[in-house]
Amino acid sequence: MSVFYLVAFLAIFFALMTIFTKNPVHSVLYLVVTFFTLTIHYILLNAQFLAVVNFIVYMGAIMVLFLFVLMLLNMNEESEPMKSNLVKVMGAIAGICLIATFLGAFKVIAPNNEFVVGNAEVGLVKNLGKVLFNEFLLPFEISSILLLTAMVGAVLLAKKEVKKI
Amino acid sequence: MEGAFILEKLILVVIVFTVSLVIAMYSTLAERKIAGFMQDRHGPNRAGFGGLLQPLCDGGKFFFKEEIIPAGAHRPLFILGPTLAIITACISSAVIPWGQTLTVGNREVVLQVADINVGVLYIFGVVALGVYGIMIGGWASNNKFSLLGAIRAASQSISYEIGMGLSLIALLMVTQTLSMSEIVAQQSGFVNWNIWVQPIGFLIFMTCAFAECNRVPFDLPECETELVGGYHTEYSSMKLGLYMFSEYINMFVSSALMAALYFGGYNFPFMHDLGLSQNWITILGVLAFFLKIFGFIFFFMWIRWTLPRFRYDQLMNLGWKMLIPLAIANIVLTGVITLIKDTYFA
Repeated sequence: MSVFYLVAFLAIFFALMTIFTKNPVHSVLYLVVTFFTLTIHYILLNAQFLAVVNFIVYMGAIMVLFLFVLMLLNMNEESEPMKSNLVKVMGAIAGICLIATFLGAFKVIAPNNEFVVGNAEVGLVKNLGKVLFNEFLLPFEISSILLLTAMVGAVLLAKKEVKKI
Repeated sequence: MEGAFILEKLILVVIVFTVSLVIAMYSTLAERKIAGFMQDRHGPNRAGFGGLLQPLCDGGKFFFKEEIIPAGAHRPLFILGPTLAIITACISSAVIPWGQTLTVGNREVVLQVADINVGVLYIFGVVALGVYGIMIGGWASNNKFSLLGAIRAASQSISYEIGMGLSLIALLMVTQTLSMSEIVAQQSGFVNWNIWVQPIGFLIFMTCAFAECNRVPFDLPECETELVGGYHTEYSSMKLGLYMFSEYINMFVSSALMAALYFGGYNFPFMHDLGLSQNWITILGVLAFFLKIFGFIFFFMWIRWTLPRFRYDQLMNLGWKMLIPLAIANIVLTGVITLIKDTYFA
């Protein structure tokens, strides 16, 4: 349990650092560390597959792309565009709405948290695969088609720009 | 019991760590010797017998060189870059099974540091992490050549990770497990090696491993004719040493991976017909494994002194338009063959 509190503290700490650092590249690097702490959380929950996939996809691929784009843009503290106050107020309202939703959701879950524990072995690759390809086959296939659509769309958008030049 | 277990693993970690460092060290000598052989000259032969002390001299030189951190560089990240590169290079060897079990007294010692059941994915994750060392170092140098090298490294690594992952999926369809120890244990003898069932997958995996290690013909991140020195242009002294070291360790680990995943790991032909005790088979197995690894390291170097470097668009075309479709076709082919085998020949 003490490991959980340590990792949870680190996760929140680095998440806050992500928001509060001025330099966008530092911000991305803090986000990488945040994802790493989330990976440790998954391992603590015995969800090995989710942990490794989180590690590979988020830390290894998506954040590398983020870093890549930021390096190309070469943003820094001086050239960062200042946001107007209206945007800040809107952001604050949206954040408060999200917190309210979360609080409401947790209030519903809290009384019966034995349900959450369930089978401790469910996070292993074998069990997860069996569940995904039996009970949840249709949602799984549909979500993969969704991803494919996004990919084809991205390629199409990139192609159009080439033609203009 | 628990204390003995921790001690056993600790000794194993220290041995694996030392062996990878020593092999990385002597890879530098081997590289220059092989280069000399290919180009019909002697290579380094002054320090020690046949140049055997050359890596020590090089290491010593790295330590005593002046260390420069450029004024415009971002100090903490500039130091973090090579650190991260060497750490990610070293931790990936944790799940490689070096041999079977050794019986010491009453204890069975497994020659693998961590037998986690998602071992293949773990290695894949660490490889994905490896590019951060290069990217952070290249960006923190505050030099346009370093940045260009870092960006090249990032895009190359992401492109070839996909091909590598897809080629591994076909392998996993055959092995039915993600655990490294089980994958190697399945390939006992000679005819069970995965290379016989996954030749295309192996070729894709090997090409991608070359690209992930930034070796010729994929060494565009440090292409000196275009980028001065690439991502490590601003690095000097031991920090440059760490970058070069991590490259050689990566080469060693990916050779070990290729040997373990496709060439039977510690298995060697006729291992069960020799009538030797388990300990001897294990020891011979470790030797066979290292023989395979050295073979692959030699192959890495052979390629380096044979092929010219790709152009950048050729690199991207090869990754996205050749290797990825080929890997997907390999997955489909593997699936069809498995299905036919299960339906008609089961």
